[in-house]
Amino acid sequence: MNLYWQLFYTFIKIGAFTFGGGYAMLPLIEREMVVRKKWIDATEFIDRVAIAQSLPGVFAVNISILAGYRLKGNKGSIVAALGAILPSFVIILLIALFFRQFNENVYVMKIFKAIRPAVVALIAVPVFSTAKEVGINIRTLIIPVAAAFLIWFWGVSPVYVVLAAAIGGLIYGKLKSDKSTPKT
Amino acid sequence: MIYWQLFWTYCKIGLFGFGGGYAMLSLIQHEVVEKHAWLSAGEFTDVVAISQMTPGPIGINSATYIGYTVTGNVWGSIVATFAVCLPSFILVLMIAKAYQKFSSNRWVNYAFLGLRPVTVGLIASATLLLMNKENFTDYKSVLIFFIAFVLTKYLKMHPIVMIVLAGISGLLLY
Repeated sequence: MNLYWQLFYTFIKIGAFTFGGGYAMLPLIEREMVVRKKWIDATEFIDRVAIAQSLPGVFAVNISILAGYRLKGNKGSIVAALGAILPSFVIILLIALFFRQFNENVYVMKIFKAIRPAVVALIAVPVFSTAKEVGINIRTLIIPVAAAFLIWFWGVSPVYVVLAAAIGGLIYGKLKSDKSTPKT
Repeated sequence: MIYWQLFWTYCKIGLFGFGGGYAMLSLIQHEVVEKHAWLSAGEFTDVVAISQMTPGPIGINSATYIGYTVTGNVWGSIVATFAVCLPSFILVLMIAKAYQKFSSNRWVNYAFLGLRPVTVGLIASATLLLMNKENFTDYKSVLIFFIAFVLTKYLKMHPIVMIVLAGISGLLLY
């Protein structure tokens, strides 16, 4: 099997068997790329994950593009990304085709009436776990609170909030590094 | 033109979506529900539920689903899904020659000093935006919310199991 097919097939597998988005895909991607196929070594894998995380967009797509590019350049990145996208694309398309016929059904309506608040709870949970992960404390609490209020209460586009956060980080980092390295 | 709107909207989502699936939700919701009214808030929540129960990232799932519902054909799905991936392609190809330099670049690190804490706010705003009358119709919804929260956060129940249980409770309660 040539390398393009292997890339495509490997990322189809990764796309088809991981539930819950990009980060849930990581162990599977690592097993396929580092352990089984030995396409890249563990250190390089960690580096690439760090880059995929720093880029905007869908994490799983970013990591597939990076992996494909590493192995086969531009064409490789397209093949790997297509593989990662295809399973969810096909499944969601089928659901979009059929769900709209079923969502008038009284039982489906009952089921989704209860699922909706449960899904909101599912999104509420990572608010707290992410806060812990990034080390939010009393001093920095104002940043996420302000961001949430701007978007939720004042209807500000998250695009501006993200831009402001990046610019704020740049200014803060620059000021801090200027302080710690006094000019001679 | 609707295809152009879809393309532009999902390019924006691909370019400004930082911090993973949940953090992207408020951006998707802002564009899709509030700005373009392509879906109601309730329908949007259903798409999130479907995304959780099917494989693949929410960014792709929402693009495929919304692309189809808005245009009524497969081309809408293809345009939106392509658009959400396009910024990633361009950025990866731009930094391709300087991988190591990019991840250890101090300006990138500085930007993330601001982006990381804001990610928490983005997820919080997605939660708050979905706490609306369409998703919470009565006291039973509130009860389901709290039970689902405890099951997921403290008892570490798998999201798919939790959603299936919620669905069954819907058949019994309503």
